Amino acid sequence: MDVSLDLLMNAMISGLLLGGFYAAVSIGLLGMAVYQVYYVAFERRDDQSLRGLSFFFGLLFIAEVGLILVFGVDYRSVNARYIGPSLQLVLFDLPWRLLVPFLVSMAMAIGLQIFLSRSFLGRAIQAVAQDQLALQLMAANPTRIKRIAFGLSIATAALAGACLIIIQPVEPSIGREYIGRVFAICVLGGLGSFPGMMIAAMTLGIVESLTSTFFGPSWAPAVAFGVLLVTLAVRPSGILGR
Amino acid sequence: MASSLNIANIDAGYGAVRVLHDVSLSVGAGETVALLGTNGNGKSTLMKSIMGIVRPSGGSISAVIDGATHELIGLSTEEIVDLGIAFVPEGRRLFPKQTVTENLLLGAFRPAARPAIRRNLDFCFETFPVLKERARQLAGSMSGGEQQMLALARALMSAPRILLVDEPSVGLAPLLVRRTIDKIKELKDGYNLTVLMAEQNFTQAIRIADRGYVIVHGQIAFAGESAEALNNNELIREFYLGT
Amino acid sequence: MRGTPFILILIAIAAVIFGLARWLDNSYAFFVGYVVVQYIVLGTAWNILGGYTGYVNFGITAFFAIGAYSSVVLHKLVPAMPLPAMIVVGGVMAGIVGIGTGYLTLRLRGVFFSIATLALAVVVQTLITNWDFVGGARGAYVLRPRVAPLIGGGYIDYLFLIMLGLCVAALATARAIERSALGFGFAAIRDDEAAAEASGVPTLRLKLIATGLSGGFMGMAGAPLPFYVTYLDPASGFSLNYAVNAIAMPLIGGTSSWLGPVVGAVLVGGLQEYLRVTISSAVNVLVAGVLMVVFVIIAPQGIVGLFKRKR
Repeated sequence: MDVSLDLLMNAMISGLLLGGFYAAVSIGLLGMAVYQVYYVAFERRDDQSLRGLSFFFGLLFIAEVGLILVFGVDYRSVNARYIGPSLQLVLFDLPWRLLVPFLVSMAMAIGLQIFLSRSFLGRAIQAVAQDQLALQLMAANPTRIKRIAFGLSIATAALAGACLIIIQPVEPSIGREYIGRVFAICVLGGLGSFPGMMIAAMTLGIVESLTSTFFGPSWAPAVAFGVLLVTLAVRPSGILGR
Repeated sequence: MASSLNIANIDAGYGAVRVLHDVSLSVGAGETVALLGTNGNGKSTLMKSIMGIVRPSGGSISAVIDGATHELIGLSTEEIVDLGIAFVPEGRRLFPKQTVTENLLLGAFRPAARPAIRRNLDFCFETFPVLKERARQLAGSMSGGEQQMLALARALMSAPRILLVDEPSVGLAPLLVRRTIDKIKELKDGYNLTVLMAEQNFTQAIRIADRGYVIVHGQIAFAGESAEALNNNELIREFYLGT
Repeated sequence: MRGTPFILILIAIAAVIFGLARWLDNSYAFFVGYVVVQYIVLGTAWNILGGYTGYVNFGITAFFAIGAYSSVVLHKLVPAMPLPAMIVVGGVMAGIVGIGTGYLTLRLRGVFFSIATLALAVVVQTLITNWDFVGGARGAYVLRPRVAPLIGGGYIDYLFLIMLGLCVAALATARAIERSALGFGFAAIRDDEAAAEASGVPTLRLKLIATGLSGGFMGMAGAPLPFYVTYLDPASGFSLNYAVNAIAMPLIGGTSSWLGPVVGAVLVGGLQEYLRVTISSAVNVLVAGVLMVVFVIIAPQGIVGLFKRKR
């Protein structure tokens, strides 16, 4: 490669982040609105399980069909200068198409973790699931905290989605595969544990990659569920569950 | 500046059950007032009414914080805490999966408390050395006495002017009850707080209280203007001292 | 049996419907009727676990497709096998998977159970996609006999009749559960599982019964599918449509009684068919999702609940 690496890196990361960031912020705001509807319609009525879950399932479906109506059912991909070339190292190649999303995701995950553990808002987000009344006694409004948490999580997911289209072509129903993956990672790592999540995500990535290489890519989606079942049977609290 | 609490003629309860009947009570600036009564007489309901957790059906609750008067009925719990009224609830309500330090920092969520966070944290660790030793331990894994200390310290982290403590002695061994009560006194003196403490343990509460109210079946049965007056009261003798 | 009159009434209604369709002698009526009745069975099956027991199953397509693909397998192995036998096999297979799922996900409550079932659907789809015997990702063709056995006429008449029979069985089961100790046990789990367990309700056994029955009926509803569509591939067999409809219909109709899924399926199924013909097939799939979201927000008790409250 004759382009200066620094320049390339900077250009692509800022481009990716800018687009992804805009999308994430707008979707994060949408997420906060969604939470508000959920709060008014279900949480306040104390009707969270059956109807609350179905509400989100309905949104999943509406989003998916909406995407199909706009983009069709075909796989779509994007073009960028860094999709294609690899960073050549001595023993192996690192394709930029994987390296860029990796770096972006890592930056995002670590940033989020710092926010959650170091800021007042972040600590309140961690506490809100444990005791809402106690949080009120800390002068925090639990609904506001949950609204922010929800918006943040949707925004994070949207950024991850923006990264996904760099890794591989996507189609509207691809999100469903990730529900199982994300769930398996969270359970394997131990719910609420950041290092556990990191280890679990890396583990799942490696196992899936090996499965794709040796058994074919069509088997990869089943790996997450296998991991999930083994975790539930052997160690339900996950590797590093609190 | 002076901070005080004034409760006038409140009625409160849960659904159709009325627990408090026309209760009036005041806590003057810098006072420590004990709310005395055995289980089920309405101590906790009164505390919860002040904190906006239970909404009274009548009467008024007002607080003077640094000279400004606020009507508390109608405010949410978090708004009341934000004014500078901290509450240590019965059962402590810590965040069990957060560390001791994280619990303390959560206590300082109130924007007004954030500038003083370093000083308050040092003060808490100084007053409760055990919390410093266990700073990185999960709150849920500590003993009852340690948890009570953490709950008090956490309330203090919000830099309150008025401190409400509900049944600090419940579930603690006698020696720890004594120490907890002493710590409340220490905090009060160190921070010039106004304190209202609901307590069943008369002899312990009266050690640090300036005055006290006895609540029976949701009504104030006796207001004692001094510890001595309480000691000599018939109701107290009947309920607590068994004479 | 206490439920006998109810079953007889159901059979009579089914017979009238079938007679009417025969009298119309329009194969379009049979095709539409099949879909609506299939959704009654699916919705009722979902409601046994979701509405009665409070466990929200998102993995409907897993059970439905197990039924459908077991028919594909049986048809390839024993082409002469009668459809009712295939339905029994499909139901048993899906029921076993249901019990297995129930057993493995015992520790999971609320949203975790739901996500696990959604993951189950992905896994079953992966397995089917990789199974060449049933066509893999390419899909499988099933030859539909030209003439219906026993009753004559088009084969679709026969499929409709079979589905009506399944529907009678599903509704009779659902109503019997509602009025039995089993139903009270389910309701106890739904309202407070820990309390139910503490007061001696055998929650584990009841949950396995619920997941088994629910999965079994979904499998049975799926078993005739290959003959209805004649070409089955994983993408269509595992379509999210089935899952959304099976959840939306009971929620729209009302989850508290057997009548809810019927009302929901007839209304939503009918509306979808109308929209498919008048506007487009893309819009009709949105309907169930949108209606479900609207209904859970503004009418949480469903249509049946609205009428009950007025009385």
